[in-house]
Amino acid sequence: MRDKRMSLDDVVGELRSGMTIGIGGWGSRRKPMALVRAILRSDITDLTVVGYGGPDLGLLCSAGKVRKAYYGFVSLDSPPFYDPWFSKARTEGTLVAREMDEGMLKCGLEAAAARLPFLPIRAGLGSAVFDFWDGELRTVTSPYPGPDGAAETLTAMPALNLDAALVHLNLGDKHGNAAYQGVDPYMDDLFCLAAQRRYLSVERVVDTEELVKSVPPQSLIINRMMVDGVVEAPNGAHFTLAGDDYARDEKFQRHYVESAKTPEAWQQFVEKYLAVSEDEYQAAVREFAAQQESAR
Amino acid sequence: MTATATDITRAEICAVACAEIFSGAGEIMASPMSPMTTLGARLAKLTTEPDLLLSDGEALFFADTPPIGGKAPTEGWIPFRKVFDVVASGRRHVVMGANQIDRYGNQNLSAFGPPQQPTRQMFGVRGAPGNTINHPTSYWISRHTKRVFVNEVDIVSGIGYDKVDPANPAFRFHHLHRVVTNLGVFDFEGPDHTLRARSLHPGVSADEVAENTSFDIAGLAEAGQTRTPTAEELRLIREVLDPKKIRESEVPA
Repeated sequence: MRDKRMSLDDVVGELRSGMTIGIGGWGSRRKPMALVRAILRSDITDLTVVGYGGPDLGLLCSAGKVRKAYYGFVSLDSPPFYDPWFSKARTEGTLVAREMDEGMLKCGLEAAAARLPFLPIRAGLGSAVFDFWDGELRTVTSPYPGPDGAAETLTAMPALNLDAALVHLNLGDKHGNAAYQGVDPYMDDLFCLAAQRRYLSVERVVDTEELVKSVPPQSLIINRMMVDGVVEAPNGAHFTLAGDDYARDEKFQRHYVESAKTPEAWQQFVEKYLAVSEDEYQAAVREFAAQQESAR
Repeated sequence: MTATATDITRAEICAVACAEIFSGAGEIMASPMSPMTTLGARLAKLTTEPDLLLSDGEALFFADTPPIGGKAPTEGWIPFRKVFDVVASGRRHVVMGANQIDRYGNQNLSAFGPPQQPTRQMFGVRGAPGNTINHPTSYWISRHTKRVFVNEVDIVSGIGYDKVDPANPAFRFHHLHRVVTNLGVFDFEGPDHTLRARSLHPGVSADEVAENTSFDIAGLAEAGQTRTPTAEELRLIREVLDPKKIRESEVPA
């Protein structure tokens, strides 16, 4: 069986400007942040991003890499909740927003996973979601009328077909079998099923035998058919939470938000945390935590 | 501590009004989205609505009813993707907040200004479109002002009664149940499903509500007074569910 292990930069080497990229996780929860940081180090740009947005989308916006975004929400999940870089991109009108109900995003990924052009869903009807889509979103009328003879007209959620998916899980093998450890799988399997190229980062790469012994079968949400590349990236979801492995780094997330407030502060943040390798990022984050601790 | 009726706070009135949102709800998932509405839902579960399902806000159903911020034994699993199944099933009553709400119940929590270049970005529409078209939805507004109760919302996240197409049965599950604010309790049983006052909290005048609302509210002059908590409700609020008075972070005493 193929050994799919890659480096973060190998993955980014397979991505191209202009791609539609789905990013797993949810808000500030188990986001493939190391892969996002690797994109920031590259010259890849003009991306269409699909996901339940958090600081992943924020960081990509900070570097002007997002042309269009399909999202159900964007949230940091803790105060101040609203991502500063996404907010800036929106208020400056620099990205095209395809905002939708959270359930519509799941529905669109399921349509893509099943190679269907659309799936009907009730959500979206009557709301401003249609205003956000500039004619890209249509309705569909049921061929089966109800008992009173009237047929339902529903939102025809189009398939959210992805050129690439980026997800981060807790545990995986070198072939692309992988599991989440914690309370929620989020939609990471759907992102992989909806994509042409699928890249998985994990906290730890282990033997297949150890993987299946470590988790209940129901947690093995990713199989080999769903993955093209596996990256070992310990702490790779930082500063978002990662199930049983670690909680959100709330202090660092607040530092991210504060740093976005002035160009000078952001330049310092970029130099220390973003214009560096992943190893240097992790070292700088440990230093930040130690400073926070000693300042108490 | 003995609870007395003489020193009942506005926050305690609000907690009971939030609990009454769930009166008669039965065996459904209650999804409160703020501390006050969480207090209300838990109070309902401990009094008249024992069959409600309450989650920890992340992925587990509570078997018992813990205090705000507390832990409890669990009875089931409700990760985010399963919440969407519950939404589509209709067996849920959500209480959302709102940055704006209009007389027909259109709600905005997405952004202010035009969709493609807002003046202020909030969350995006989140689950509001799916919630409002699938199952009972109520709103909790901790500060009732003209900036919230507007003539027209900027972005329709939660859909109001004037968005319902009566010829399309896909809209048949839409139901906005209550709006509870720091000033009173409201529903959409005014003419053409417009906002109507059910009761004003003790000490709140019709003028005060009118001055803080951009449009006319039906039944405002006739609205009675919101009921005060029973001794048992006060005990549960003060001693069991919210001994740290987190409720006062939303509605000051």
